[in-house]
Amino acid sequence: MTATLGSSTGLPTSDADPFDHAVLEDPLPLQAALREAGPMVHLSRYDVYAMARYAEVHAALVDWQEFQSGAGVGLSNFRFEKPWRPPSLLLEADPPKHDAPRRVLTSVLSPRALRRLRDRWIADAEVLVDEVLSAGTEFDAVPVLTSAFPLRVFPDAVGLPQEGRENLLPYGDHAFNAFGPDNDLVARGAPRVAELSGWVASVCRREALAPEGFGASIWAASDRGEITPEQAPLIVRSLLTAGVDTTVHGLSAVLYAFATHPGQWERLREQPSLARVAFDEAVRWESPVQTFFRTATTDVRVGDHVVPDGSKILMFLGAANRDPRRWDDPDSFDLSRDPSGHVGFGMGIHQCAGQHVARLESEALLTALARRVRSIELAGPTARHLNNTLRSWESIPLRLHVD
Amino acid sequence: MLGSRIDDDRGTATAGGHRKVPATPDVAELRVVRKTPVADGVLTLELAAPSGGRLRDWTPGAHVDLALPNGLTRQYSLCGDRWDPFTYRVGVLREPVGRGGSAFVHDELAVGDVVGVGGPRNNFPLVPSDSYLFVAGGIGITPLLPMVHQAELLGADWRLLYGGRRRASMAFLDDLAAYGDRVLVRPEEEFGLLDLAGFLGDPRPGVRLYSCGPAPLLAAMETVTAGWPRYALRTERFLAEERGAPVRTTPFEVELARTGVTVTVPPGVSVLDAVGEAGVEVLSSCRQGICGTCECGVLAGDPDHRDSLLDDEERAAGDTMYICVSRSRSDRLVLDL
Repeated sequence: MTATLGSSTGLPTSDADPFDHAVLEDPLPLQAALREAGPMVHLSRYDVYAMARYAEVHAALVDWQEFQSGAGVGLSNFRFEKPWRPPSLLLEADPPKHDAPRRVLTSVLSPRALRRLRDRWIADAEVLVDEVLSAGTEFDAVPVLTSAFPLRVFPDAVGLPQEGRENLLPYGDHAFNAFGPDNDLVARGAPRVAELSGWVASVCRREALAPEGFGASIWAASDRGEITPEQAPLIVRSLLTAGVDTTVHGLSAVLYAFATHPGQWERLREQPSLARVAFDEAVRWESPVQTFFRTATTDVRVGDHVVPDGSKILMFLGAANRDPRRWDDPDSFDLSRDPSGHVGFGMGIHQCAGQHVARLESEALLTALARRVRSIELAGPTARHLNNTLRSWESIPLRLHVD
Repeated sequence: MLGSRIDDDRGTATAGGHRKVPATPDVAELRVVRKTPVADGVLTLELAAPSGGRLRDWTPGAHVDLALPNGLTRQYSLCGDRWDPFTYRVGVLREPVGRGGSAFVHDELAVGDVVGVGGPRNNFPLVPSDSYLFVAGGIGITPLLPMVHQAELLGADWRLLYGGRRRASMAFLDDLAAYGDRVLVRPEEEFGLLDLAGFLGDPRPGVRLYSCGPAPLLAAMETVTAGWPRYALRTERFLAEERGAPVRTTPFEVELARTGVTVTVPPGVSVLDAVGEAGVEVLSSCRQGICGTCECGVLAGDPDHRDSLLDDEERAAGDTMYICVSRSRSDRLVLDL
C-alpha cells in the first residue's frame, strides 16, 4: 500500500485510493490505517473526508440534518454534477422528499409483511439444497447457492417477469460501481448501461409486474395517493438495484465465513436458531456494502476539525464494523458475539429497507444447509469480484460433508 | 455538533468488559425542558433526552404517546422543527371535560419532570402533491403546523383555514403570520362557522385535503368533500383512547417460553438487555423501536408499546412487540423466546 499519512493542518491526510484494485482486493489494511489516523481523515486524491471509526460513522449516519444523501451517496456531487441516472427517491434523497417513498417501502418490506413469505422461502431453500447436494458435494458456492437462492425467491417476490432476470446482477454491479470514481470498473460496465437501464425501467412499470408482490404493493400505494404514479416505478427500481447483489454478497460472506471457521458451523448445527445472528455477524465481519458518501449541509464540526459545507465524506462501514473501540477481537467471525448495532445495513433514516428480506433469505438458506451438511470446507482458491462499493466473491469453491 | 456528542455519550468502550454494547439510548424517557403558555388554555411542552442526545426522527403528522407521571397515557401531535433532532414540541389544550391528562399537564407537570415517550408514530402522513388545502379546528392546528412548513419547503401551492372559538384561544398565530395570506384565521366569535365549501371550492384532482379538529368539524369535512376523489381527504381525530392498566414504574417479569427462563426487568433496563443478561441474545439494530429487527412474539401479558412501527390495530392485537424499547403494563409478560 502506498498510503502516506500526513497532518500539516492537524487533520490527518492520506493519499491512498480506496478504489484502487489492490485496496478493493483487501481493504483491511487501509481501513486500519484510517481508523488509527484519527476520527476524521482527509483523502487528498479525491479531496474528500473520511470516517472509519464506529462512533463517528454511526453518529454521522443518523445525522441526516448535517450529512445529507440528496447530493448523492457516491463520489459525484449532485450539487455540481449530473447523475448517471435519475436519482433514487430513497438512497439519494433527503427529507421531506424522502419521507413518502421511505414510508411506503419500509411498509412493503416490514417483518409483518414478510410473514406470508417465510414458509415458502424455507421450503424453497430446502428444495434448492436438495437439488444441489444430489448433484454433488463439491461446487462453486457463488453460482450454485449464493446467487441461485436470491434469484430464485426475490424476483418472484417482487413480481418480475421471467425474461431478463439475468440482467439484475450486472445492473446492480454497475450501480454500485458508479458510487466510486470514474475508473476502469465503471468503464467496464458502461457499454451495457443503456440496455440494462432500459430493461429495469421496463419491468418497473405496473403492466410488467405480477398482480401480487412487492412491486404491486408499491403501485397500490400510489393508487391510495401515498406516493405519486411517477414515484412508483422509481421505488420499484430501488428494490432491483439494492435488493439482489447485496444479498448475494451477504450470503457469500456467511458461507465463506463458515467454510473458514469450522467450529462456528458446528455451533450453528447444534443451535440452528443462531442462523439470524450468523448472518448479521457475517454482514459485520465482511460488510458487503463497504462505503457510502454523505455531503455536509453546512460547515460541520467533527472533533477538532470542520468539514466545509458541500464537502463529500466517505463513510467506511466496513472499517466501523471492525473498529476495536467498539468490538472485541473484531477480526474474528464469532457466533457468541452480539453483532447488533453494526452499520453494515447503515443506520438512521436511510438504513437498508430490505434488511428483513436479506435476513429471511439467509435464515432460510442456512437452516436448510445446517439440516443436511455436517461440515463445510474450501475446496480450492477463492476469487474476489471487485466493485467500487461492494465487497464480494466471484468464486468460493466448497466441499461439503453431508450426514 | 457531532464532536461534542461523541465525547458525551459514545465513549462506550469498557476496558476489561467482555462486551462493548452502547447503553440503550434514553429515547423512551424524556425530560420536560420548557413549558410555555401559547394561547388561552393552550401550552407547549418541549421535551429533550436527559443526556442531550438525538431523539427519534419523525415526520409531519406524527404523534407521541406521553406516559405521564400520574399514570395516564395521552397522545400528542409533534409540532416542532424536525431539523432540531434534540427537542420535541407538543401543544396541549386544557380539556374542560377530559379525564385528567391535560389538567395534569397544565397544573402539575413541571420543567425537569420525566415522562415516558412512545413513538413517534404517524397515522396522518403528508402525501406528495403540488397542492394542499389544510383545515384546522382549535388544537387540531398542532399536526398541521409542521405540515404547512413542509408544504412551503416543497414549494407546493397550499392554503390553511384555521378556526377556533376566540382569537385569544388559538395557538401559533404568530408562527402562522409569516405565511401571509396563505393562512385564513377565522375565530368563530368574529366570523361564525367555518365556510368549508367556500374554502375548498370545487373538487380538483391532485389536490390533497388535510383536516384535524373536533369531531363535528371532521364530520362536516366528510360531508362537504363527498364529491372529491377517493383518498383526497385525510383526517386525524383527537384520540381519547383509554388503555387498560397505567404505565408501570415498577419491575416486571418476563418469561421466555421456549428457553424456560424468567427474568426480572427493573426500571431503566430494556427487555432486550435484561433478556441478553440472562444469556438469550436477541438480534437488534437501531435500539430505538424503528427498524423492527428485535421483534418478539408475545404469548401472554399486556405490552407497553413504545415503538414507531405498530399501528393501533396491531398494538391492540397484543401478539408482538419490539423489546428494545417496549415494556410491560402487566406484572408478567410471556415471550416466544
